[in-house]
Amino acid sequence: MSTSSRTTVVMNYVLLTICAIVAIYPLIGVILASLYPTGPGSQPSGFSLPPTFEWHNYVTAWEQGKFASSFQTSFIVAAAMVPASVVLSVVAGYAFATMRFRGSQIIFWLFILGLIIPTEATIVPLYYDVRAMGLLDTYWALIILETSGEVAFGIFWMRAAFLAAPKSLLEAARIDGANSWQTLWRVMVPFARPAILTLTVLCFADSWNEFFLALVFTINHMTAPAGLASFSGRYTQDIALVSAGAVIVAIPILVVFVFFQREFLRGMLTGAVKG
Amino acid sequence: MEIRPEVVRGAVASVDARRRWSRGGRNQERLPGEARRIAYLYIAPAFILYAAFNLVPLVQGVNISFYNWDGITPGTWAGLSNYTDFFTDPLIREGYVHVLQLMLFYAFLPIALGLLLAALLSRIRIRGLTAFRLVLFLPLVITDVATAVAWTWVYDVDGPLSTVLRAIGLGRLVPAQGWLGDFNTALPAVGVFGLWGAFGFCLILFLAGVMKIPASLYEAARVDGANAIHEFFAVTLPGLRYELQVVLVLSLIDTLGTFDEIYVMTSGGPGTATSVPAYLVWRRMFQTSQVGSAAALGITLMLIIFAVTWSANKLMDRWSDDE
Repeated sequence: MSTSSRTTVVMNYVLLTICAIVAIYPLIGVILASLYPTGPGSQPSGFSLPPTFEWHNYVTAWEQGKFASSFQTSFIVAAAMVPASVVLSVVAGYAFATMRFRGSQIIFWLFILGLIIPTEATIVPLYYDVRAMGLLDTYWALIILETSGEVAFGIFWMRAAFLAAPKSLLEAARIDGANSWQTLWRVMVPFARPAILTLTVLCFADSWNEFFLALVFTINHMTAPAGLASFSGRYTQDIALVSAGAVIVAIPILVVFVFFQREFLRGMLTGAVKG
Repeated sequence: MEIRPEVVRGAVASVDARRRWSRGGRNQERLPGEARRIAYLYIAPAFILYAAFNLVPLVQGVNISFYNWDGITPGTWAGLSNYTDFFTDPLIREGYVHVLQLMLFYAFLPIALGLLLAALLSRIRIRGLTAFRLVLFLPLVITDVATAVAWTWVYDVDGPLSTVLRAIGLGRLVPAQGWLGDFNTALPAVGVFGLWGAFGFCLILFLAGVMKIPASLYEAARVDGANAIHEFFAVTLPGLRYELQVVLVLSLIDTLGTFDEIYVMTSGGPGTATSVPAYLVWRRMFQTSQVGSAAALGITLMLIIFAVTWSANKLMDRWSDDE
């Protein structure tokens, strides 16, 4: 028995390791490629160590890819979009979870609908709307559009989190004479802190990774992914530099992922509600 | 990374909401009962923003879709012709054919692989599972423009894939223009990129699901003399139906909206070999000035996504009810 279970343990690790290698192989490949010397005659080739480690590629890519500017846009947009999305979602999710009012079902369904409406369905009129507002190529366009999309999920998420709060919590607050606004901030928000943290992390990831909106609405104020796409389009021959650009753009989201792993997994796997 | 996080959650929400609905769950749901009109004030800011930039444009989009319009000069009424193009325009038909082919890679293969692995991995505590999960999640988490750039290199004539094939004597398989530049290999190459992005997620989701199946069910199956295959169909698969539903809905929605990797890796090419509906929307809007057609394509895509989501949910619900 013990030998056979040891075999299964080993098999488990072997299988998982193979999967992990498959998952990470292209990422290692791009890191290796990013360290090759640039210029003619020294193209990276295959999956091998570069002859010399050209760390300077990162500096060159940073400058030629104008990543200082695109990182600035991405961070400014995220810095406004994340708190706006979280606050709007918390406030509205609270109402859906704790209050009864006419039309609540329909309004909630309209929000849920937003989770499956593809951006492609609205992008054409949105472009002209945003242009009419004079917001083309501004931070505001991305902040507003990303937030308006994010609240659909945020409300779904926060409503579920607040529904999980024990009824006694609300009753205690009411006995203490708190009004609904005070109850939200003094009782419910502290209770739902883990869910709010998860939502915050997911909002940041969405904002950082957003590509389609950035592609359509920005020209000079590109976000990091849009800047990378444009950089890779202009420097197709310079694989080392483009690879370095890809690594640069991936770093912020990787850092957030490593630090907030638990929130990421919870957000992606549990779907907020159990059963 | 193919699966976009926001779509993951869209799918989860759609599945959850539907299940609740079909169970008549809204009555069981604990809505702390106080009727309060102040609720509208809490919801208004989010709703106004959401409606202004999601629902209103939808209506505007329907309107635009009835015109032939280049985006500059006044449009002319086109009736439904932008929609009937769906049946007559070979470029549109081709886009949907490509999406159907991609579904194999984005939806069915990752699900099949994930199930197979989840079944092969036995239900013992795996030490270091967190580390494995971290790695398996990377394709999903990292900005897909960055992973698409990485895969563009993987598929290069001199890239890792070609080098490996040459090393094992299969160099003649490598297309002269690289894997993304060849008419025959470009679409499957994009598909494999999607498979790579999705399978880790499927595996982790299924593994978490398998852990939740009560051990007693497996013991009962074993007492009944079930072999591994029988056990899989009798216990594991039914136990994973919620996870399956989420993954199926999400990967189908996601495939239909495929855009980022097409834009980065192939621009729909070579020729139109990897053109997909979402890419056509963008192209007609910003490159060929067929704005009315772009709007109609977007609306059609949405309707198809709704229909697919609804049918996939319906199908899975029926299956759950049969259990």
